[in-house]
Amino acid sequence: MDIDLLSNIFFAMVRTGTPLLLVALGEMVCEKSGVLNLGQEGMMLFGAVTGFIVAFSTGNLWLGVMLAMAAGMLLSMLFAAVALGFNANQVATGLALTIFGVGLSTFVGAAWVGKPLTGFEPVVIPLLSDIPLIGRMLFAQDLLIYLSFVLFALVAWVMLKTRIGLIVQAVGENPDAASAMGLPVLRVRTLAVLFGGAMAGLAGAYLSLAYTPMWAENMTAGRGWIALALVVFASWRVFRVLLGAYLFGLASIIHLVAQGVGLSIPSNLLAMLPYLATIVVLVLLSRDPIKTRLFAPVSLGKPWQPGH
Amino acid sequence: MSSSTPLARLQLRGITKRYPGCVANDQIDLNIQAGEIHALLGENGAGKSTLMKIIYGVTQPDEGEIRWHGETLKMRDPSMARTLGIGMVFQHFSLFETLTVAENIALAMGRQAGTAQQLEPKIREVSKRYGMPLEPERLVHSLSIGERQRVEIVRCLMQDIKLLILDEPTSVLTPQEADELFTTLRRLASEGCSILFISHKLGEVRALCQSATVLRGGKVSGHCIPADCTDLELARLMVGDAQGLETRHAKVSGANLFLQVDQLSWYNPDPFGTSLKDIQLNVRSGEIVGIAGVAGNGQDEILALLSGEQPLPKREALRISFAGQPVAHLKPDARRQLGLAFVPAERLGHGAVPDMSLSDNALLTAFQQGLVSKGLVKRSKVVAFAEEIIRRFAVKTPNAETAAQSLSGGNLQKFILGREIMQNPKLLIAAHPTWGVDVGAATAIHRALIALRDAGAAILVISEDLDELFQICDRIGALSSGKLSTLANTLETNPVEVGRWMAGQFNTDAVLS
Repeated sequence: MDIDLLSNIFFAMVRTGTPLLLVALGEMVCEKSGVLNLGQEGMMLFGAVTGFIVAFSTGNLWLGVMLAMAAGMLLSMLFAAVALGFNANQVATGLALTIFGVGLSTFVGAAWVGKPLTGFEPVVIPLLSDIPLIGRMLFAQDLLIYLSFVLFALVAWVMLKTRIGLIVQAVGENPDAASAMGLPVLRVRTLAVLFGGAMAGLAGAYLSLAYTPMWAENMTAGRGWIALALVVFASWRVFRVLLGAYLFGLASIIHLVAQGVGLSIPSNLLAMLPYLATIVVLVLLSRDPIKTRLFAPVSLGKPWQPGH
Repeated sequence: MSSSTPLARLQLRGITKRYPGCVANDQIDLNIQAGEIHALLGENGAGKSTLMKIIYGVTQPDEGEIRWHGETLKMRDPSMARTLGIGMVFQHFSLFETLTVAENIALAMGRQAGTAQQLEPKIREVSKRYGMPLEPERLVHSLSIGERQRVEIVRCLMQDIKLLILDEPTSVLTPQEADELFTTLRRLASEGCSILFISHKLGEVRALCQSATVLRGGKVSGHCIPADCTDLELARLMVGDAQGLETRHAKVSGANLFLQVDQLSWYNPDPFGTSLKDIQLNVRSGEIVGIAGVAGNGQDEILALLSGEQPLPKREALRISFAGQPVAHLKPDARRQLGLAFVPAERLGHGAVPDMSLSDNALLTAFQQGLVSKGLVKRSKVVAFAEEIIRRFAVKTPNAETAAQSLSGGNLQKFILGREIMQNPKLLIAAHPTWGVDVGAATAIHRALIALRDAGAAILVISEDLDELFQICDRIGALSSGKLSTLANTLETNPVEVGRWMAGQFNTDAVLS
């Protein structure tokens, strides 16, 4: 395996892992605050179709990205109203949201299937992108991927180093105590859900505007669900979310490369590889029950209302 | 109405709060002056918790008004109470287990907490000044109950505080520590801070508080000056009938050895836990042995080893034995079959499943009492068993299908203890059996333990309440830093000596009695 091939694999790994990274970061923050939103797939799809339609009609990719995020937030607002406002079961509400988002995106996007669009092009940073192995991976990507680096750093910093991160964690662990301390539990949770929606919308926009610039029904192909599993297996730790997302990307690429090289392993088995590899590695990492307990949001998925 | 006394710091007028099916607070009046230490007394269910929640803004009253420095206001939420300078130490601690001590305190302090580097020395300073040593960087989940309470108290003291509400604060302290806390509270009061002190230990209320308001059944049943009342008079205000409240139970010496612990050492892999060194302990059938000690000195570890939650490898099976049979390698269910019953320290979550009904909770440990046949649960027998517990141990609950978490601490504890006693154990291990339990329930629990002892069971009680241990135990020892003192006959020792053992001043080489 020569160095060019490796460099290409790393480059593609990041491209494939980025949509997962974006949606998983949003869901991680959401779950840290104690809310389980299973609607990621639906929000992603609605974001993807909205972003595509807007970008195609206006010719403005960034407007598409922004409205895709708004679309994700719109759906998550629906979720917040039902699950937080009316205290409905979070699992059922999230599932309903996904089904709704899948249907809505198919309906809205019916006329746009297969239309050609010039999406985000790679922006190659001179010199830096010539670094062997990792140069192209980090410095020859499109702008949305650079944005994902920034967002990752931002989420990591906020969750690990700031008071806001502490508040989100406190609300997710013990909402009664947080409320007794005067923290606005429902407001924090609503904001976390909205953030999750915006990130899912952005992940959708990345798919339809950069990764494969087009719209197709169900183009997320279950990434929203994988992101949900990723957050759990990453035991709600932000660096492990990154690791898991890129690992999934890497395994997806290896499966393509292996097919290209002509390995005689059945492609169905190889197609399982990304899921298997990601889960195995993250399960191995989360063996320590004490450490896992330290990061898990204890009140995840439990409805909560102020004053009893 | 308008009293001529100087403007009270906090005034409650006609506070009423109704819940479906009960009136928790009925026309309650309360006055607290600046610098006053005021006691709030009452049995569980008397409405103390509701009243505190109203003062602290957690719930809103249906009627009545709150005046702060004479000004009528609506306590919207706890953050408003905190802004006014009201701090509260909860009985069920409101700490975040996955955060460090410093982070917990920083969360409560809001923006004024500053950075971790600024906050940690401040925490050390405050905790040292008030004699409550804390390590700011430790994670709360690794702290014992006593240490967690210190965090709660220090958290309130870090802020500019005008009114401090403490719910059963001394239940986890040694007598010496309680005295130190009182010194702290008196100092705070002399600095002008008002203190609302909730306790069931009447002696303490008398020693500390300048005035007291007694609640019974949601109403104020009396105001008094505790120093002028006897314990019995106070208790009578609280429960109405004070029969058998002040009893010292007769001491006995027991029969054959049942529980034997021989040179038990255990290394705790948790860096914040305590390792046990050469524990030497025995309990006879028909006696109660008490182990005193401040939380965090090895109680959790010894309980886990005795209950079987932390089994030892087979080669160490002899370290713990029941009636001569080695059990140290056995799991909890196997030990239960040999006659063990266990009442853990934590009622909700360890002793009972909060969301499950009382009858389901009864089934959890009593399934070997003919409640299950061929893998199927005999529903009617389970309910009958639960109802028998409720009846025999006077548990106050609507019925056996009520969720465990909706019971008050005392009632749930009576239920858990009842569940274990009904299984006719040969050995009962109870941790902090009356922690946070009112006088009436505590008396009932003590009577039940004595009755079980007289029926011939061996009983081991681990408690931080020395008064309790001296009341019910026949022999007593103390844990300090993972070492156990020798056991002495209760009649031949006194709280001061045991207090010294709790501080680690004992000679472990002394010969066992």
